Amino acid sequence: MTEPLSFEKGRPNVHAPRLPDADVTAPEPAEVLPRELLRSHPPTLPRLSEPEVMRHYSRLASMNYSISEQFYPLGSCTMKYNPVANEAAAALPGFSALHPYQDEETVQGALELMWRLEQALCAVVGVDRVTLQPAAGAHGEWTALRMIKAFHRSRGEARTEVLVPDSAHGTNPASAALSGFQVVEVASAPDGRISLADLESKLSSKVAALMLTNPNTLGLFERDILDIAELVHNTGAMLYYDGANLNAFMGVCRPGDMGFDAVHMNLHKTFTTPHGGGGPGAGPVGVKADLVPFLPTPTVERMNGHLKLDFKRPQSIGRVRSFYGNFGMLVRAYTYIVAMGGDGLTQASLDAVLSANYLRKRVEGLLEMPHDGPCMHEFVASARNLAPNGIKALDVAKGLLERDFYAPTIYFPLVVPEAIMVEPTETESKPTLDAFAAAIADIVKEAKKEPEKLHQAPHGLPVGRLDEVATARRINAYLQGQSEDPILRWKPDQNEGC
Amino acid sequence: MLAAIGVDSMEGLLVDIPQSLRIPRLELPNGLSEFETMAQIASLASRNRAYPDRLTFRGGGVYRRFIPAAVAAVTSKPEFYTAYTPYQPEASQGTLQAIYEFQTLIAELTALDVANASLYDGATAVAEAAMMAHVHTGRNEVLVAGYVHPEYVEVLRGFSEGRGIKVKKGSEPTAKTAAVVFQQPDFLGLLVDARDLTQRAHDVGALAIACVDPISLALLAPPGEYGADIAVGEGQQLGLSPSYGGPHVGFVACRKDLVRRLPGRLIGTSHDAEGRRGFVLTLTAREQHIRREKATSNICTNHSLCALAASVYMTYMGAEGMRHIAEVSFKRAHALADKLAKLPGWELAFPERQFLSEFPIRVPKAAVVNRKLARKGILGGLDVHRWFRELNGVLTFTCTEVNDPRAIDELVEAVSL
Repeated sequence: MTEPLSFEKGRPNVHAPRLPDADVTAPEPAEVLPRELLRSHPPTLPRLSEPEVMRHYSRLASMNYSISEQFYPLGSCTMKYNPVANEAAAALPGFSALHPYQDEETVQGALELMWRLEQALCAVVGVDRVTLQPAAGAHGEWTALRMIKAFHRSRGEARTEVLVPDSAHGTNPASAALSGFQVVEVASAPDGRISLADLESKLSSKVAALMLTNPNTLGLFERDILDIAELVHNTGAMLYYDGANLNAFMGVCRPGDMGFDAVHMNLHKTFTTPHGGGGPGAGPVGVKADLVPFLPTPTVERMNGHLKLDFKRPQSIGRVRSFYGNFGMLVRAYTYIVAMGGDGLTQASLDAVLSANYLRKRVEGLLEMPHDGPCMHEFVASARNLAPNGIKALDVAKGLLERDFYAPTIYFPLVVPEAIMVEPTETESKPTLDAFAAAIADIVKEAKKEPEKLHQAPHGLPVGRLDEVATARRINAYLQGQSEDPILRWKPDQNEGC
Repeated sequence: MLAAIGVDSMEGLLVDIPQSLRIPRLELPNGLSEFETMAQIASLASRNRAYPDRLTFRGGGVYRRFIPAAVAAVTSKPEFYTAYTPYQPEASQGTLQAIYEFQTLIAELTALDVANASLYDGATAVAEAAMMAHVHTGRNEVLVAGYVHPEYVEVLRGFSEGRGIKVKKGSEPTAKTAAVVFQQPDFLGLLVDARDLTQRAHDVGALAIACVDPISLALLAPPGEYGADIAVGEGQQLGLSPSYGGPHVGFVACRKDLVRRLPGRLIGTSHDAEGRRGFVLTLTAREQHIRREKATSNICTNHSLCALAASVYMTYMGAEGMRHIAEVSFKRAHALADKLAKLPGWELAFPERQFLSEFPIRVPKAAVVNRKLARKGILGGLDVHRWFRELNGVLTFTCTEVNDPRAIDELVEAVSL
């Protein structure tokens, strides 16, 4: 089943929806504005009636897998259930209708929510203050690195390097580069954890920070974290925590106690704000006292029960986006935290670890497990054992789609060949985990008996495997002037319809 | 489950965490029922003052507009809002096609070749565009011309600092200038000579970056018509509620030869073995998960759900509907400006300049004016003096299709008292 583009479905005789008229005495724009300021040709937008619009998007919706219908074990993405109460909270007019430039006295509830959320996040990760401004995890990383840079500069030190483990998320080195640092990679030891020897050899007075995920992207807790912190701090560098994997240990331990100086959190992972098909998320950053002066402006301050936005912070790195962050996401995350409480969040992490270890056990023997357990909230398997049958991680992923599961993260982390990274989360039941393990068993069987069939998976979805290489080739042809079809958009002149 | 794993208790799974790091408990209150939770949240919401749409005359980058019910009906479909970034295209065609349509809508609106899948907001969109220009030209200066949103400029400065780029104000680019950034209409609502600024940039080999209001493009010459190289902007007006400043959606569109410099996600058409058309994430070689420190940006996702809202909005309204509300907003803003400028002590701050639906006006006492309005339940003009010293006593007022003629009269009456 495919659905035509809205542009292709348009009909020329469809009129605009009924809208209010101006009903005031004033000139028409064309009477006042010079001609060169006005648009010469209207844009070609679709012309659809409301029922056609609704049916179009309903059909598109039916072509998506989502948490609402499928198990979504994407490693490192923490695809847990998104409580619907969060959505109801964010939609309250007392939040959704607020203008960002209203006077402080009229938004005390919003500021109170932000302040309480900050306090709660401080408690979860063990830091002194939190900025809620960054719009996403990568944005949080960049924000933290800028604070770290400002900190070193305030001490008269120009540190130019940031250390990143080879198993790190791609955003880590990208954020470091964007902040003007040189990226130096640190190797993993054979047990999947950071190599202390390699770390020591790369630490110097040039290093501004080590960026670390704990548990790391292999789902393993960095047992030597206290030694790592000491090594890093002894050279005057800072320790940065990538919070992608925070769901592993809420209420069990805290990055702040491990020695991390800056911590970003993904509210869309750990705190159940929905992923929205790729955002909006929110990536608050927590910091220890040393970094507090450098927090983005404004911060939310509480004085005698009155809340205010503080713009007067002389050492601040300034704002990192417009207004105060993705406020609607902050409302959702806070609602979740209130509902769960300290006891609920702790249980969530314990259950996440239990689910991952249980599923790991069920899958062990079907796929290769390159590292010893126990794991934390996720594990990385490898499809290398299916190589003799010509089957790759990608084929396993497509086989899962065909069996009504979303696929785990594949080919990441880069340090594991044919990686299949599974994060079940605490919100999946044992029967779901068992069904997933059974699907893996079925795929392994198929890999051995009918590898060709698996190569052609998924069957029965809106489309089969798409030729991404051909897409890239055709874009190249367009960019080099050899073709008129941009591939990256629909174009009115070559298509019939509107 | 513990037995299947082969451990006696949860402790058996937490062995890698040093005992010294374990905390006895998480210092937060215990959880609540949904009923109690919502009561607590609703009580916070009730401590805010939500001004009605028709009585909101404050803009400055976030505007009240009519939002068709269709928008929320689509974005609240869990198949859209609980899906992840479309890594597996066969199981994500809904999101992929919707965003491909968004890319086309933005490209059409800006009259440029290609748009990306969206960015966080208008501010980061300006900053990302400046980075594109810096890499493309190999130059290290960005010129900000006129009244560009001050928060966008602040974010641009932050982005630039890391890359060693200087941000200057002015409209005289030189051979060192990577790009001239301007806003149309500008932060105060005034129309700028976009053609002239674009020409000035091109004369010295710099790029022209136009930060535009998407609704205005139904009426005004789009960046592609006057030759701007990159168009960026904030898409909040396309069906998103103010929500105290976010989440909203940034967009970026550019000329063909800059496509490889675009930050973030891009979606293109593809085909499967049976020849069916499908959509995939493409040109990923620009992105952080492949290129790591050499990526065009660190952005990992986009603001997909907000881009979806904008797509539904534009598809529902059509070019005709968008043009209609742009015209209604224009007329109402002009009617309001006319009435206010007649009040004693009130005068348009830039009487010789044209505007669309937002305008700056000098008033006797800005704080007093807004206090009077608040008493009548009206969210008055934005005091822009906090950003611009020279604009002492200047408020900007905005009017859209939600501010009916009666509301305009109420505002004028309230300040006349």
